[in-house]
Amino acid sequence: MLTLLFDGIAYGMVLFVLACGLSVTMGLMNFVNLAHGAFAMAGGYVTVVLMQRLGVPFLWTLPAAFLISALAGVILERLLYRPMYAKSHLDQVLFTIGLVFMAVAATDYVMGSMQQIIRLPPWLQGRFEVAGIAVGRYRLFVIILCGLLVLALQYAFTRTRFGSRLRAAVDDARVARGLGIPVSQLFAVTFAIGSGLAGLGGALGIELMGLDPTFPLKFMIYFLIVVTVGGTSTLTGPFLAAMLLGVADVAGKYYIPWAGAFIIYAIMVVILIVKPEGLFARSRT
Amino acid sequence: MNAPSLESRIRTSLTLSRRWSPFESLFWLFALAAFFIFPRQLLILNEIAILALFAISLDLILGYAGIVSLGHAAFLGFGAYGAGLLALHVTADPIAGLGFAIVISAALGLVTSPLILRGNDLTRLMVTLGIASLLHELANSLGKWTGGADGLQGITMQPVLGRFEFDLLGKTAYLYSLAVLFILFVIARRIVHSPFGLSLRAIRDNQLRAAASGVPPGWRLAAIYSLAAAYAGAAGALMAQTTQFVSLDALAFHRSADLMLVLIIGGTGYLYGGIIGAIAFKFLQDWIAALTPQYWQFWIGLLLVVFVLGGREVIYGGVGAVARRIRSLAPGGRRP
Repeated sequence: MLTLLFDGIAYGMVLFVLACGLSVTMGLMNFVNLAHGAFAMAGGYVTVVLMQRLGVPFLWTLPAAFLISALAGVILERLLYRPMYAKSHLDQVLFTIGLVFMAVAATDYVMGSMQQIIRLPPWLQGRFEVAGIAVGRYRLFVIILCGLLVLALQYAFTRTRFGSRLRAAVDDARVARGLGIPVSQLFAVTFAIGSGLAGLGGALGIELMGLDPTFPLKFMIYFLIVVTVGGTSTLTGPFLAAMLLGVADVAGKYYIPWAGAFIIYAIMVVILIVKPEGLFARSRT
Repeated sequence: MNAPSLESRIRTSLTLSRRWSPFESLFWLFALAAFFIFPRQLLILNEIAILALFAISLDLILGYAGIVSLGHAAFLGFGAYGAGLLALHVTADPIAGLGFAIVISAALGLVTSPLILRGNDLTRLMVTLGIASLLHELANSLGKWTGGADGLQGITMQPVLGRFEFDLLGKTAYLYSLAVLFILFVIARRIVHSPFGLSLRAIRDNQLRAAASGVPPGWRLAAIYSLAAAYAGAAGALMAQTTQFVSLDALAFHRSADLMLVLIIGGTGYLYGGIIGAIAFKFLQDWIAALTPQYWQFWIGLLLVVFVLGGREVIYGGVGAVARRIRSLAPGGRRP
């Protein structure tokens, strides 16, 4: 029972790291980026390639996954995403779905369609018992790492100058621009960080969620749940949503395996109907 | 001010738009002639007819009422499973299956319509996507009835109208699908050129103003959404009956995404857009799949990206401009 909770929290932590970039970009530019999962997948494959082909230790591949995904994010943002901001949501959705399809097929072409497996270093393998709870070492590592990340992000978001500009821009981009905040550059930086975090999440998630070319499609709806349920104006909203989703998903698959992801989707639809702004969103009006 | 003259003007314009142009008759005659011209391609022609019906269904809500949807496959799959299950357990009569699929899909559309009436475009996209995923997951987990990942197998249909046996070449299949497509098309054509259709376009263009000038959006949107759901269900039934198989693929996300591409190619807001888009899409798919069988999704994605970057209206806008040109050159042509 508690082990399940523990696993769920680890899963939720990874989900948060994966999805928080999406939530900020969605709030900031009102841009629906369904291709967010593609950056996560990029990070995952960076780790796989570095470990399998070049023999780089697991820990060193994590920053690499972050940097390369962030770089890909910046390049794509400058080249392709920019003209999309002014278009309708439908256009944005179609555009990013197109990107997802391309990423899926291209990854399949380059890396093959099989599940990727990585060998964790020995000190991250196995489980140990604490007060009768079986604790996976890797999951503990993920929770600690992501927990630190969450704290750092929360600090950056609420206490720094960058964070307060960001929040201002999310709340009202036009007024923020009028006050001299460079919203466009702010957005590029945020997009890069968000993509990088997605890449990091993808790398961390190989062990928990698996990694194959259909990753962006499979987890697209999970990211969207985190964002829509959590709302886009804070970080705590998506964080709580990711925790809920992680625990509910792990517990649901354990206790009611036949229902699969059914419950998750049902909850999402219900929440969207009852509170279209998200469960934890501040009211905006 | 001069209300009677306005009313009569609207009436004249609606009557005019209802009139069949010779091009349209020619189009449908050609669709029928295709049966004789391409006897070896009937299976793909059948697929085109079904896809065209599915695209018309999405166009009804997207092009005429402005409702965006990323989960239209929900109704296709619902209708397909409905027709398939009816054929397996109750009666294998195709017309009964078609009617059943239409009724249950319309009911599903009506039940889910309150969900899409709320919120903005983004919420609608998410909710429709969520509903489609929900149904997909449901069909997957109810393996006892739906066959799960193996699909619904062992459907054998009775002859259409008790006379026309389904054959391997797809002769009956194509004529059956084409007949259903034509009948439903005529009905849709009548509906979009009725005052009701006009009011839908008013709602699409500006919901607030439409409401202020006495057009209640809620029920009208629910009605057209249910109608579109019924059409998609009919397409699903045709698919299940002519292939005698239903798989989870009918509910898959890529169906809804592909359908969007069909409407991008064909254009929204006029019923032929869906049909033209379906023809172009199927040939494109066939051609790309012959080149790179495994990676055709890449090219579909590239097309989506290019079309959106270049402007969705680029194709049918261009064609429309040419058509207007021809019409204005023709003697006695109506000025648009």
